[in-house]
Amino acid sequence: MKRRTLLLAAAATGLAGAAFADGHEPLKVGFVYVGPVGDGGWTYEHDQGRLAVEEHFGDKVETIFQENVPEGADAERAMTQMALQGANLIFTTSFGYMDPTINVAAQFPDVKFEHATGYKRSDNVSTYSARFYEGRAVQGHIAGKMTETNKIGYIASFPIPEVIRGINSAYLHAKAVNPDVEFSVVWVFTWFDPAKEADAARALIANGVDVVLQHTDSTAPQAAAQEAGNVITFGQASDMAAFGPFPRVSSIIDNWAPYYIARTQAAMDGSWESVDTWDGIAEGMVEIGEITDAVPADVKAEAEAMIAAMAAKEYHPFTGPINKQDGSVWLAEGDVADDGTLLGMDFYVEGIEGEIPN
Amino acid sequence: MDFSSINPVLLAASLMVAATPILLAAIGEMVVEKAGVLNLGVEGMMIVGAISGFAVAVETGSPWLGFLGAMVGATALAMVFAVLTQFLLSNQVATGLALTLFGLGLSALMGQGYVGIKPPSVPKVPAGPLADIPTIGPVIFGHDAIVYLSLLAVLGVWAFLKYTRAGLILRAVGESHDAAHGLGYKVVAVRVAAIAFGGAMAGLGGAYLSLVRVPQWTEGMTAGAGWIALAIVVFGAWRPGRVMLGAYLFGGVTVLQLTLQAGGVAIPAEALSMSPYLVTILVLVIMSADRGRAAFGAPAALGRAFHASA
Repeated sequence: MKRRTLLLAAAATGLAGAAFADGHEPLKVGFVYVGPVGDGGWTYEHDQGRLAVEEHFGDKVETIFQENVPEGADAERAMTQMALQGANLIFTTSFGYMDPTINVAAQFPDVKFEHATGYKRSDNVSTYSARFYEGRAVQGHIAGKMTETNKIGYIASFPIPEVIRGINSAYLHAKAVNPDVEFSVVWVFTWFDPAKEADAARALIANGVDVVLQHTDSTAPQAAAQEAGNVITFGQASDMAAFGPFPRVSSIIDNWAPYYIARTQAAMDGSWESVDTWDGIAEGMVEIGEITDAVPADVKAEAEAMIAAMAAKEYHPFTGPINKQDGSVWLAEGDVADDGTLLGMDFYVEGIEGEIPN
Repeated sequence: MDFSSINPVLLAASLMVAATPILLAAIGEMVVEKAGVLNLGVEGMMIVGAISGFAVAVETGSPWLGFLGAMVGATALAMVFAVLTQFLLSNQVATGLALTLFGLGLSALMGQGYVGIKPPSVPKVPAGPLADIPTIGPVIFGHDAIVYLSLLAVLGVWAFLKYTRAGLILRAVGESHDAAHGLGYKVVAVRVAAIAFGGAMAGLGGAYLSLVRVPQWTEGMTAGAGWIALAIVVFGAWRPGRVMLGAYLFGGVTVLQLTLQAGGVAIPAEALSMSPYLVTILVLVIMSADRGRAAFGAPAALGRAFHASA
C-alpha cells in the first residue's frame, strides 16, 4: 500500500517536473483515506469523487492518495508527506483526522485543507459533511415498517456526534411508525474491520434482530445478513447493490464528486476560502439508493414521499416534539433542531436503551 | 446486570469461529519462530491467502480447493521471504515488514474482480445426532472442518515438537544454529521448511476469514489479525497449548463484548477490547528482562541470520 503510494509519488514528481518545464503546473490534490479504496463503502465513494475530479479537469490536476491511514499520529505523518510532495489541496476524509489536519495545516499555511465530518476550521482548513441523518430517517421508516421481531440492530463505529445523530434519526422514524420497536446498538470502535463487523451482525441476529443498520464501512454485515436469510440491511455510504434486492433493500450513497470538483475549481482560480459545508438530499450530497421490491409498495411510496419532502426542504428529520433519553424536553412541538446542536449531539433521544460510551 | 439474554452455547460456538483464523496463523508462526526465524509478514501472508483462497473457491466452486489454493498462495509469498532471509541473508524484521506491505498491495490487485461476490459455502461437518445434544452439541459438533483442523494442528505441532526427532532438530536449529550446523543438520533447509509451514497456516487462516467468517472478499479484510497472531505467539510463550489459549481468549473477548452489547448489558466495551493487547505488552515487558526471556522459552537464536561460514 505504502509502496504503491511511493510509486505514485515518484510518478507524480516526474510529471510535475515535466509540466513545470512547459509552464503549467497542474494543481496537485491529495486524499487521505481511512480504509482501502476497495472497501465498497465510505472510502470507495471518496475515491469515486477523486476519480471524478481527474475526469473533470484532465491534465490540469493531478491527484494522489494514501489509503488505510490510521486516525492519530500516523495521519499527521501522511498529511505532512503529502504537503511536502507539493499537494496544493488535501482532503482528509475521516472524523479522526480532525486534530491532525489542524496541526499540519498550521505548518503549511499555503496548502489548503478540507476535513470531512469535523467541526474545527482555520484559515486554510474547511470542513464539509453530508446530512446522512436524512438518509437514516428513510431507513428508520422502512425498518420500523418491515421488522417483525420489533428489534432493530445498529452497528455503530465510534461515539461521535455524526454516528449518534444517525442512531437518533433512525430510531425516531422507526418509532413513529412502530411504537413497539426496540434498538440494540453495538459499538465496534472501528470504521473498517470486516471480521468484527460480521461478528457484530451475527451477535445482533442471534439476539433476535431482523433489521441490521450499520455505520461502518465494509459490506461484511450485508454478507452476514444474507447468510441468516431473513434479515434486511441498508447499503452504507455506497450503494452496495451487489447485496440487493435482498437483504439490502435500500442505501445511503455519499456523492462527494460535485463538492470535490467545486473545491478543486476554487483552489485553481484562487477563490478558495475556508468554509463549512453541510449538504443533504436537497443538494445531492446524500442520495438514497434504489428501494427494492422486497419493500412493500405502500412503504416504498411513503419513503419516497419523505425523500421528496426533504429534497424540497419541507421536512426536517429532527422536528419536535422530541425528548432526550432522560425525559427532558429537547424540542417542543413543531420546533426544528438547529445545526449547532446537531453537530455536537452527544445524547440519545427518549426511548433508546443503553448508554453512549465515552 | 442482566445476562439472561445471552446464550452461552451460541457464544462459545461463535468464539471458536472468531478465534480460528488467528489460531491457525499463530500456530504456524510459532513453528517458524521455534526454528529461530522471526517472520513479521504474517499479516501479508494471511491476506494473500484470503484472496487466493477466495479466488480459487469462486472459480472452481469448491471451498476445499479454495483452502488448498490459499495455502499454496501464502506459501509462495513465504518462499520470497525464505529466499531473501535464508539465502541472501537480509534482515528478518525489515523483510517481514516489507512482506506485509507487499502482501496487502498484491492482494488488493489480485482481488480487483472479486469484490461483492459470494463464495461457495463451507459445509459443517455432519455429526448426525451428536449435534443435537444440548449444550455441547453446537459447541463441539456444530463446526466446519477447518475448526477441527486447527485443533488438530495444535495437537500435531505439540506432538511434533515434543516427541519427534525432526521436532528436536527444529528446536535445536532455533536455539543454536551454530551447534546444530556443527552436528551436521541442514540449518537453512530446516528453516525454509518451517517458513513454508508458517506460510501455509497463515494462508489457511486468511482463507477462513474470506470463506467462512466474513464471508466475502474486501480489500484489507484481515485488519490486523496477522499482528494479533504474532502477539499471541509471544503471549503463549512458544507453547502450542498456550498459543491456543491465547487465540481463544482473544477471539472470546472480541465476541463476548459484542454479544454483551447486543444483549443490552452495560459493560465498558473499550476496556474489554484492550485487554488482550495489554496482557501481550505485559508479557513482552517481563520477557525483555534477561532471566524472563529464558523463563518464557523464547528460542535463543530467534531473528538471527545464519551462514555456514560465520
